[in-house]
Amino acid sequence: MNATNLHLFVLVVPLLSALAINLLGRRSRQWIAPMVLGSLAFSVFGSIIIMARVIEHGNLSYTVGNWRPPYGIELVVDPLSALMMVLISVVALLASFSSLKSVEQELPGREHLFFTLYMILIAGLFGLVLTGDAFNLYVLLEITSITTYGLIAMGSGRAALSSFNYIIMGSIGACFYLLGIGYIYILTGTLNMADIARILPTLNAPVATATAIAFALVGLWVKMAFFPLHSWLPNAYSQAPTGAGTMVAPLMTKVTVYLMVRVILSMYTPALVFTHEWIAQGVVWASALAIICGSVLALGQKDLRRMLTYIIVAEVGYMVGGIFLANANGLTGSILHIVNDALMTLCLFLVVAAIIYRQGSVSLVSLQGVFRRMPITMAAFTLGAFAMIGVPPTCGFFSKWYLILGGIDGGHWEFVIALVASSLINAILFFRIIELAYFGSLQDGDHHEHLSTERHEAPWWMLSPLVLTAALLIVVGLSTGPLINNVIRLMIPVGF
Amino acid sequence: MEMIVDEIVAKYNYWIYVVLMMIGFYAMIGKRNLMKKLIGMNIFQTSIILFFVSTGVKKGGGIPIVDKYQALAGNVDAASMVNPLPHVLMLTAIVVGVSVTGVALAVLQRIYREYGTLEEDEILEKLQR
Repeated sequence: MNATNLHLFVLVVPLLSALAINLLGRRSRQWIAPMVLGSLAFSVFGSIIIMARVIEHGNLSYTVGNWRPPYGIELVVDPLSALMMVLISVVALLASFSSLKSVEQELPGREHLFFTLYMILIAGLFGLVLTGDAFNLYVLLEITSITTYGLIAMGSGRAALSSFNYIIMGSIGACFYLLGIGYIYILTGTLNMADIARILPTLNAPVATATAIAFALVGLWVKMAFFPLHSWLPNAYSQAPTGAGTMVAPLMTKVTVYLMVRVILSMYTPALVFTHEWIAQGVVWASALAIICGSVLALGQKDLRRMLTYIIVAEVGYMVGGIFLANANGLTGSILHIVNDALMTLCLFLVVAAIIYRQGSVSLVSLQGVFRRMPITMAAFTLGAFAMIGVPPTCGFFSKWYLILGGIDGGHWEFVIALVASSLINAILFFRIIELAYFGSLQDGDHHEHLSTERHEAPWWMLSPLVLTAALLIVVGLSTGPLINNVIRLMIPVGF
Repeated sequence: MEMIVDEIVAKYNYWIYVVLMMIGFYAMIGKRNLMKKLIGMNIFQTSIILFFVSTGVKKGGGIPIVDKYQALAGNVDAASMVNPLPHVLMLTAIVVGVSVTGVALAVLQRIYREYGTLEEDEILEKLQR
C-alpha cells in the first residue's frame, strides 16, 4: 500500500466493504459485524495517520486516474478535511456498535441491506470532505442523500412518508447547488475548487458571481435544514430506524455545514462572499432566529428524539451564524462546534437508541424513573445534556464561548442574546428530562405499572460506545486549546 | 415591450430553463398527489440539465471529435466545436436524477401499500384516525 495515497484507501475501504456485506451478509449474519467494525476501524486509524501527516507536512492531494488537477478530479486533504475525516470515522465507528444491536432488533433479516447503505453513506461522507472538485461534490452530496433516503425509509410507521418529503426537499437543495455550479462554470470555465478560487476574484462580473454564490448557498442551506428550510428534518430523523438515526443525525447536517465552510473559504473566497455586508448581517439575523425558533419548537415536543431533532435545527443556526459573523473567533467557534455538536448529538442519540432498545419508546412520559433502571445510560445522558447546555469543562462550553466572542467582535448582539437564550432553553429542556428520569415516581398513573424499578441496563454493545462518547465530550473539551492551535488556526484565512 | 421581447429572444435558453424550473417547482409545492410531486421534481432536474447543455453551444460549432495527431500538433481550432464538458457533466447528473427517481418510486410504492392511496390529504386523514 502506497502510504501517500492512504486517504484514497480510507474512502475506498467502506465502499468495498458495502459490496462485501451485501454479498456475504446475505449468506450469513455472522459476517456483518466483523466487516463493518473492521473497515471502520481501518478508517479511524487511517484518518488519524493522515491528520498527523497533514499537520506535519501540509496538504495531501491525489489525482484520480492521473489526470492533472484542473482537468481531472482531485482529492485534497487540508487540516480541516483531515479533522472532518477523523470526526466522521470516529462517530461512524461508535454509532455502528450501537446500530448492530438495534438493527438486529428492529429490522431482523434485513441487516445486510441496512449496513450496505450505511457503509455507502460513510464512503460518501468521506468523499465529500476529500473532494476538490465542485461538480464531484454535487454527485457525492446526492450519493449520501440517496443512501439517507433509503435508510430513513426503512423505518416503520410514517417513515416512508417523511422520507418522500425529504427526497423532494433534498432534490431541490441539490439542484440549487448544481445551478450555482453551472453559473460558476460559465464564468470561470473550470470546476476545480482551487482554480475557481484563483479565477473568480479576477473577473469583473459582480451580479453573476453573486447569483452563483446565492444559488449554491441556498442549496446547501436546504440540505442542512437552516431554519426556514428545516421542515423535512424533524420528521425524517425521528422516524428513521434508531440505528440510522445515531449515524445520520450527528453527521449529515454537520458535514453539510463543513461543505458550506469549504465552499466559502476555498471556492468562493471569503472576500467575495462577505462583500455585501448587509447580506452577511441578514444571514446572522436569520441564524439568530433559527436558534431561538429551533429551541422554542423543541420545548413543545413530547418525545425525546423529536426534541433532539429540533435542537439540531437550532445548532445549525449556531454554526451558520458563526461563519457569517465573518471574523476569526466566529469562524473558529463554528468549526469547533461542528466537531463538538457531532459528538454531543451522537451521545444523546446513543442514549435514545439504548432506551428504545430496552423500552421501545422515548416519549417523555415513559422516561419517568428511567434512572433507576438504566443508571449508566442516564449518567451519560446527563453529561451530554450538560455539553448541549454548555457547562464547562464539557466541549459544548468552549465552542459557545468562541461563538459569543465572535458575536461581540462583530457587534452582533442579537446573535449573542440568541445563543445565551437558547442555552437557557436547553437547560430547561434537559433539566425537565433529568428531573423526570431521576425523581419521577413510577407510581403515578396506572399505565406505567409494567415498568419495573429493576435495573435493566442496555447491552454492552450499546453501553460501551455511549460511555466512550461521554468521556470524549470531556476529553475534547479539555483539549480545545491544542485543537484550535494545531488544526483550526491553519484554516482561518489571512486578514480575517 | 419590444425591448423585453428582444431580451427574451436573445437569451431564450435561460428563459426556457427558468419557466420549466418554475413549473416543476409549482408541481412539487402545490400538487397534493405524491406522484405529481415526483414528476415535478423530474421537470425541475431536467430544466437544470437543459440549462447546462445549452451553455456548451457555439454558433457553427461541430462535433468535438478530432484527430489525435492533429490535436497534438495544435492544428485544432477550439472555437469551431461545441464544448463537450457540460454534456459529460450532465450525463452524470442524469444518472443521479434517475437514481433519486428510482428511490422515490420505491418509497411511493411503500406508501401506497401502507395507506392505499397517493393523495396527500387522504394519507393525512388516515394518519389522524
